[in-house]
Amino acid sequence: MAEKILMKGNEAIAISAIRNGVDGYFGYPITPQSEVMETLMKEKPWESTGMVVLQAESETSSINMVYGGASCGKKVMTSSSSPGISLMCEGISYIAGAELPCLVVDVMRGGPGLGTIQPSQSDYTQVVKGGGHGDYRNIVLAPASAQDMYDFVDLGFELAFKYRNPAGILADGIIGQMMEKVEMHPVKPRRTAEEILQVAPWATTGKPSSRERNIITSLSLDSDIQEKFNQKLKEKYDLIRRNEVRYSEFQTEDAEYLLVAFGCASRICEAVVEELRAEGIKAGLLRPITLFPFPENEIAALAKRVKSIMSIELNLGQMVEDIRLAAAGTSCPVGFYGRQGGNIFTPEEIVAEFKKFNNLK
Amino acid sequence: MNIEDIKRPENIVYKRPTLLTDTVMHYCPGCSHGTVHKLLAEVIDEMGIQDRTIGISPVGCSVFAYNYIDIDWQEAAHGRAPALATATKRLCPDKYVFTYQGDGDLASIGTAEIIHACARGENIVVIFINNGIYGMTGGQMAPTTLLGMKTATTPYGRDPKLNGFPLVVADMIAHLDGTAFITRQSVHTAAAARKAKAAIRKAFEYSGKGIGLSFVEIVSTCNSGWKMSPVEANKWMTENMFAKYPIGDIKDILKK
Repeated sequence: MAEKILMKGNEAIAISAIRNGVDGYFGYPITPQSEVMETLMKEKPWESTGMVVLQAESETSSINMVYGGASCGKKVMTSSSSPGISLMCEGISYIAGAELPCLVVDVMRGGPGLGTIQPSQSDYTQVVKGGGHGDYRNIVLAPASAQDMYDFVDLGFELAFKYRNPAGILADGIIGQMMEKVEMHPVKPRRTAEEILQVAPWATTGKPSSRERNIITSLSLDSDIQEKFNQKLKEKYDLIRRNEVRYSEFQTEDAEYLLVAFGCASRICEAVVEELRAEGIKAGLLRPITLFPFPENEIAALAKRVKSIMSIELNLGQMVEDIRLAAAGTSCPVGFYGRQGGNIFTPEEIVAEFKKFNNLK
Repeated sequence: MNIEDIKRPENIVYKRPTLLTDTVMHYCPGCSHGTVHKLLAEVIDEMGIQDRTIGISPVGCSVFAYNYIDIDWQEAAHGRAPALATATKRLCPDKYVFTYQGDGDLASIGTAEIIHACARGENIVVIFINNGIYGMTGGQMAPTTLLGMKTATTPYGRDPKLNGFPLVVADMIAHLDGTAFITRQSVHTAAAARKAKAAIRKAFEYSGKGIGLSFVEIVSTCNSGWKMSPVEANKWMTENMFAKYPIGDIKDILKK
């Protein structure tokens, strides 16, 4: 039986990073995720695994430290919350353009602007659609528990290196702050220099006479070369769409009504489904685990047989646009209910909105 | 004696550095970048550290520095090179890591990154090309543009009331405890280039000692941006730039 420890989601990110052989973390304090760097500093992994942990002067700098570390083929990551992620978008665009693997954790709070420090899911569009300039996508994982926070660090790096692409964990203040039991998986050591040469032959590890120099860049002044590169990125994103869709279903087998929710909202919606079922209404829940790639085929298939779909989000309605695209071509109505500003819906509130949308008593 | 006898290594007094690639440089004739690249290539070659050196190029005229020197390179976002260098050096402490940055990159958009890399005492080398103008975007005012100097965005000359005063970065960072060696050089004469090369070598040697950041400012010409001939630009630099940015060592913590 693996060890289970009670911890916050934010702490799970830090502990998982150390135990999964991450080489470097670069961050800047911001609520509600400061425990990630605080935990790392307290654990002093530079004395155990040799992991580098550094507090940067800004989020702009921390993401560019990630850019430099990723250029060396290292497993490097940062974490922040919404306003900090906005600052990082420049760097993430460069990392995507240079095709580098890295992990960025966004523990979302309410916006826009300085917004609130309470939980929100209002960075969906920013993070899932790219966020910075240029045509690019991040691989985005949406955790719904502290255990997910722990597990997605390793999964995020696995996908990031597999596709040479930035990966993100899109969490929210609830998942970051909530304490839950987390199962510790076996420790993975940091990669050796030889392993890095194997995994990342493109990395700036110092040019020996046996190979050409490695150049990490996102610059091209030739439109035709750039277009070819953009097409290459599209092929990669299409491959990710084919191979990496992850989702979970809750009571969808016989469902007549579908709820779609990610992250903490999906936890609340499980209670909604139970409540509706207790009243004899056959509801089910689909929880996207990857937001890019989005489970559009699965939602399209469900749209053909359910009476309606409702997206439940802690924002003004962002994921619902992707659900509408997935359901396009069917006659299935798609509805939305959300709360904003750091407020969280209760199951009862959602049940009432669900009945209103579906004309049920 | 035939020509092959004369061409023996011990007889060679001058040659193209082996680490300079065959790529034709995009720099304007008269620009200082080419000379600084050559000195840098010579230092890396002579120290025998090609396989242990990682360069970080900036955004600006030297964005393509990675095309010219035969080492591994990272191309940073505008101003962020010291952040990339920080992580690279900390994650690969056995490597020599340097940034190569112009005045817009280092002293304007990247001010936070360079100041904090200096304050943290990162064991990197920073090569700072100061020609008082934005070359790549067509000659706009830089933070180091001299008062009265005409640029595309100060067409009547830099006016302190309108544009503020020049930023003298080397003197500022000399006050920070994390810096080990700070010098200001030029490459407009053979003698100056030799001194600049010695300074670059010292900076690389210091960065291997783990005693803090080494900073080599090269006061440079941008004859295209300044709208002068190369010869006029050299003369103007010595008469005007050197008054604000005097040549010489500013800080050396190992000097007794």
